[in-house]
Amino acid sequence: MIPAPFTYRRASSVDEAVDLAAQAGEDAKFLAGGHSLMPLMKLRLAVPETVVDIGRIGELSQIGEGHGHFTIGALATHDLLARSGVLAAGLPLLANAAGQIGDPQVRHCGTIGGSLAHADPAADLPAVIMALDATLVARGPSGTREIAAGDFFLGLFETALQPGELLTEIRIPKPKSAGWSFQKFTKRAIDWAIVGVAVQGPNVALVNMGSTPIRASGVEQALASGSGPREAAARAAEGTSPADDLNGPRQYREHLARVLVARALEESSART
Amino acid sequence: MKVTVTVNGSEVAAEVADRTLLVHFLRDVAGLTATNVGCDTSSCGACTVLLDGRSVKSCTVLAAQADGRAVTTVEGLSGGADELHPVQRAFRAEHGLQCGFCTPGMVMASVSLLAENPSPTEDEVRSALEGNLCRCTGYHNIVRAVLAAASERRPR
Repeated sequence: MIPAPFTYRRASSVDEAVDLAAQAGEDAKFLAGGHSLMPLMKLRLAVPETVVDIGRIGELSQIGEGHGHFTIGALATHDLLARSGVLAAGLPLLANAAGQIGDPQVRHCGTIGGSLAHADPAADLPAVIMALDATLVARGPSGTREIAAGDFFLGLFETALQPGELLTEIRIPKPKSAGWSFQKFTKRAIDWAIVGVAVQGPNVALVNMGSTPIRASGVEQALASGSGPREAAARAAEGTSPADDLNGPRQYREHLARVLVARALEESSART
Repeated sequence: MKVTVTVNGSEVAAEVADRTLLVHFLRDVAGLTATNVGCDTSSCGACTVLLDGRSVKSCTVLAAQADGRAVTTVEGLSGGADELHPVQRAFRAEHGLQCGFCTPGMVMASVSLLAENPSPTEDEVRSALEGNLCRCTGYHNIVRAVLAAASERRPR
């Protein structure tokens, strides 16, 4: 399988990437690691006229620690996140989840920015950054803006990014409570999560329980009012709209969500 | 566009279509056909090569992304035709292959693993090879081969 013809442009800076995308118009796509975009292009589900390769913009792969937050460049690969000492110490949820994505070859190429901008409901990192209350920084022709993680995912493969706008950085506040857990259920190695759960302190977010990642608000409310893990987890499927598919009917995903949230909350509380 | 890739230590330059995948560049332009196209969907790992020393699935990387970088295929692992890399030697000694189709990818994924982790446990080997499928299901001997290669390379 070969992608439909396109024009390849390589950017060496964020400004150049935004300029190249603006020149190319609405049918331009940014290429980071390519491990979300390229499979879609090979299946001809995505047919961009211009591909702007941002993979060599070194300034976008930095992981930094500020006073109250961490900054993660959009080009940080899953492998880089998984091996980062800074993240292992300060954001183990992100490091751990990144280390469970795909396989080593995929982690060597795939990036956090690519995964978030692609917005696959079965992807792990969107739910992780929801649980971490991240802010996403995007640069477009009209400047830089910040988007809260909760406002970023609009639908299936749809985000708040405008055409020509490039996700450049993810800012994550230092967690106030130490407990965390990441759980995902797959049938085979390297499969996408049938359901996944990311927990950081009182925040609980779900993978693949609807067309976007979603905070398990019923669980969070139950925890806030003093319920224990099992009782709170019983509310995991509230407000969700998981798909029926080859992996099972909606009820199966709802059941998995309750089981995985219970495990995640227990593991998280054991880590506090 | 013109793409120049250092393949197994030698520069390979060619004018190719922008959409050319790295695996096709290696097979059709560089003439190195050990790297196989298996699933073509970044699942099976048969097309695994090293890009700047780290394993990637070359069916999901554009040749343009490898422009100016170094690629190692299984042909480039050893010095000559009569010489085997320790990982290749271990695959032969431990019968780490049956039909052989997945073998180039398995070997390259194993070389990448041992570069990152020279003394993996059996569990770590199995996890590191999760992106490489063997349709003959010959996994036990493949894992044995990687462990044997690791112990051979360890200073005694």
